[in-house]
Amino acid sequence: MSYEMLQQYWWFLVSLLGALLVLLMFVQGANSLVGSLGGDAEGRRVVINSTGRKWEFTFTTLVTFGGAFFASFPLFYSTSFGGAYWLWMVILFSFVLQAVSYEFQNKLGNLLGARTFQFFLVLNGILGPVLLGGAVATFFEGSNFIVEKDNLTGMQPVISQWANASHGLDALLNPWVLVFGFAVFFLARILGILYVMNNVDDEDIRSRASMRLVGSTIAFLLLFVTYLVHLFLKDGYAVEPATGEIYIEPYKYLHNFLDMWYLLVLLLVGVVLVLYGIVRTIISKTYIDGIWPVGLGVLFTVLALLLSAGWNNTAYYPSTADLQSSLTIANSCSSEFTLRTMAYVSLIIPFVIAYIMVAWNKIDSKKLDKEEIKTDEAY
Amino acid sequence: MSNILLSIDAGMIEWSRAQFALTAIYHWLFVPLTLGLAVVMGVMETCYYRTRKPFWKDAAKFWQKLFGINFAMGVATGIILEFEFGTNWSNYSWFVGDIFGAPLAIEGIVAFFMESTFVAVMFFGWKKVSAGFHLASTWLTGLGATISAWWILVANAWMQYPVGCEFNPETMRNEMVSFAEVALSPLAIDKFFHTVISAWIIGAVFTVAVSCWYLLKGREKKLAVESIRIGAIVGLVASVGAALTGHQSAYRVAQVQPMKLAAMEALYNGGTDQSLTGIALINPFVQPDYENDEEPPMRIAVPYALSILATNNPHGYVPGINDILNGYTRPDGTTELSAGEKIERGKLAISALASYRQMKREYGGGAMLKEQLKVLKENMPYFGYGYIHDKSELVPFVPINFYAFRVMVGVGCLLILFFMVVLFFVYKKDIVAAPKWLHWSAIAMLPLAYIASESGWLVAEFGRQPWTIQDMLPTWASVSNLHSSSVMITFFIFLVLFTTMLAVELNIMLKQIKKGPEYENMNESV
Repeated sequence: MSYEMLQQYWWFLVSLLGALLVLLMFVQGANSLVGSLGGDAEGRRVVINSTGRKWEFTFTTLVTFGGAFFASFPLFYSTSFGGAYWLWMVILFSFVLQAVSYEFQNKLGNLLGARTFQFFLVLNGILGPVLLGGAVATFFEGSNFIVEKDNLTGMQPVISQWANASHGLDALLNPWVLVFGFAVFFLARILGILYVMNNVDDEDIRSRASMRLVGSTIAFLLLFVTYLVHLFLKDGYAVEPATGEIYIEPYKYLHNFLDMWYLLVLLLVGVVLVLYGIVRTIISKTYIDGIWPVGLGVLFTVLALLLSAGWNNTAYYPSTADLQSSLTIANSCSSEFTLRTMAYVSLIIPFVIAYIMVAWNKIDSKKLDKEEIKTDEAY
Repeated sequence: MSNILLSIDAGMIEWSRAQFALTAIYHWLFVPLTLGLAVVMGVMETCYYRTRKPFWKDAAKFWQKLFGINFAMGVATGIILEFEFGTNWSNYSWFVGDIFGAPLAIEGIVAFFMESTFVAVMFFGWKKVSAGFHLASTWLTGLGATISAWWILVANAWMQYPVGCEFNPETMRNEMVSFAEVALSPLAIDKFFHTVISAWIIGAVFTVAVSCWYLLKGREKKLAVESIRIGAIVGLVASVGAALTGHQSAYRVAQVQPMKLAAMEALYNGGTDQSLTGIALINPFVQPDYENDEEPPMRIAVPYALSILATNNPHGYVPGINDILNGYTRPDGTTELSAGEKIERGKLAISALASYRQMKREYGGGAMLKEQLKVLKENMPYFGYGYIHDKSELVPFVPINFYAFRVMVGVGCLLILFFMVVLFFVYKKDIVAAPKWLHWSAIAMLPLAYIASESGWLVAEFGRQPWTIQDMLPTWASVSNLHSSSVMITFFIFLVLFTTMLAVELNIMLKQIKKGPEYENMNESV
């Protein structure tokens, strides 16, 4: 593989991890609805135990997403995390609260009470998808930063600067970032509802979940379609591959999908799968496997969007402060040696996915019910 | 344009250091217990798998419950550590991200998924998977945690001893040229064994301490005796192992970080036949006047021991702080530059890099460009010194290194003795009827073991100062450009958050211990 191919390959892997992360945010989606899905205290505990058997995967995928970005595109890691400090910190705080809440909430002596930890789960269930979705939206909307590598030889050698004092919270003032963030939030809710319907053997919870599916779907579709139209119509950040010069190109993202027709197909197949899974779940009283087509559809859709942000000579992390500081996969990636070495490591991923599927299959062989949470093996 | 926002204040650097130290210290409260208990509960479940006696299953489940309470906090603090490299040390993340990012990514792909997959099976799979699959899951959870330790220690070792990389003036960063040198660095290997083995000690002390508490209360005797037996064997083997790997680590530090060793020893002027300080009265709050060779009022030393530790030779040469600052000649005739010379050469490297970049921008190429590149290459080993303003910045804070090292070694030796005594009572006497002081001392050893474990990290990290990457990048050139108030606020949020969660965890842990194991067959409990 040439250096350019390796860059494309790593953008694919990072996009795949990002898509998996959005898919696995069914944990956050279900947690954000824990009160209305669970109904009473026992029902809430069932829902939490259902997501509680999977939360580590979402968490691990987030960490691996960060690690993979660090290894493959260190300039993004440096610029975004160091610059959009507050945005990432709020995301991290919410995930820290989530990590302890499962284990602590129903334990004797938890000091803060079960409801506090359930509140933390709801908080993470809302903040996680909205803010991570918002962070992804900045791939299209841009962020306010400057990169100047020559600073390294100056008295103040920091190369990446955020060009305003809000350090990332400014992204939330952009309505399009919020539209995308809330689209991801309602998508996570749809995934959460479908996951709980599939994973929990309780008619009351399934019935409540089914009722909430319609509202979340309408909200998601409105936000998602609005953003998609905006994305196709907006100017984008293109890069001239020979010189590395960044310039504004009208309808850049629409062009990307037209130039890379396979991404358009992926996007359309993804959207159709999402709609199929939701509609069939709403229509049929007995269909509880909607999480599978919707999950696959989400994976395809998010993957297509993320790939369109970086491939086809596009700046995936555009700078609104200094156009030429925008990050492209070519100017922000690791060296050829590192990308190649890590590409060998990435061959282990199918094996990892295989053992996860085996383990999940074993754990989920029997649906979770109210009897199981009375044992000592429940949160 | 490049300098419009450059206003890094010293306060921000200190808050960033404090925040990272806080997160790391908290993280290291939970990780060693995870690594250590993984061995204990793995052994117990293996006993269950082999004998099918319900007692072993109940015992394994009991320790797994405590493992689970602790595990969540390790995960929560771990994610912060990884992202803080980006949020607070963004310049570092660019300057060496090409090398440093790889172990973190591998850790995620190889270790974290293994850990998170099988920990779920371990907790929730007793009735859903076969005994063999469950046993494998328990061990794989521990293995995942241990592999995670390997990669993060590879990353840390690289910060102490950067190998396998070259600076690229085109990209303005260091780039990996040998993955094997990074992943199998001798410092990483030493660090891994010393750190993981010391974590097993924590798991062993915890097991013995909890069990002795049961004996003091006259309950759960069978669980206590069997747990003490396993814990003490693991503990003794690990303590001896930690001593041996500790010696190897100290030897390696002497080779690649002589200033750290000099600070650990409060050795101001070195030489051959150096003695090892057992204890000395050094003011813990003030940097000693090493320039004037200010001797502490009391110092007890073991002759030749430092030379043996540092060189494996009783007559070996060990440089002191002043030697390192002023330059020295080794017995074999080789010389080490003074700090002043290194600073000058570092400035030459930075200036050559600036000229190279400017000329390339303006002229595109030419002989002058090659000349600047030559100067850069010749002086690159001292690049980081170019950011140093005064040679005194190169001396870590001696008292912390000095005392932390002694606490670690002292408690480590005490632990060997402790586990020997416990095993003596287990095998030659009756641990149930052992004197109460032994049971109480087991409980007292737990905080001591934690202090020793944290002290080890204090030595490793304070001893590296002022460098983030040894000789390559000091802390003030590694940071993000943030306001100190932002980092101060997040520091206090983390402090409150972690402390509250620690209090919750401890309370839950104590209640769980008080509650004790749940037996399938109550006759097993006595």
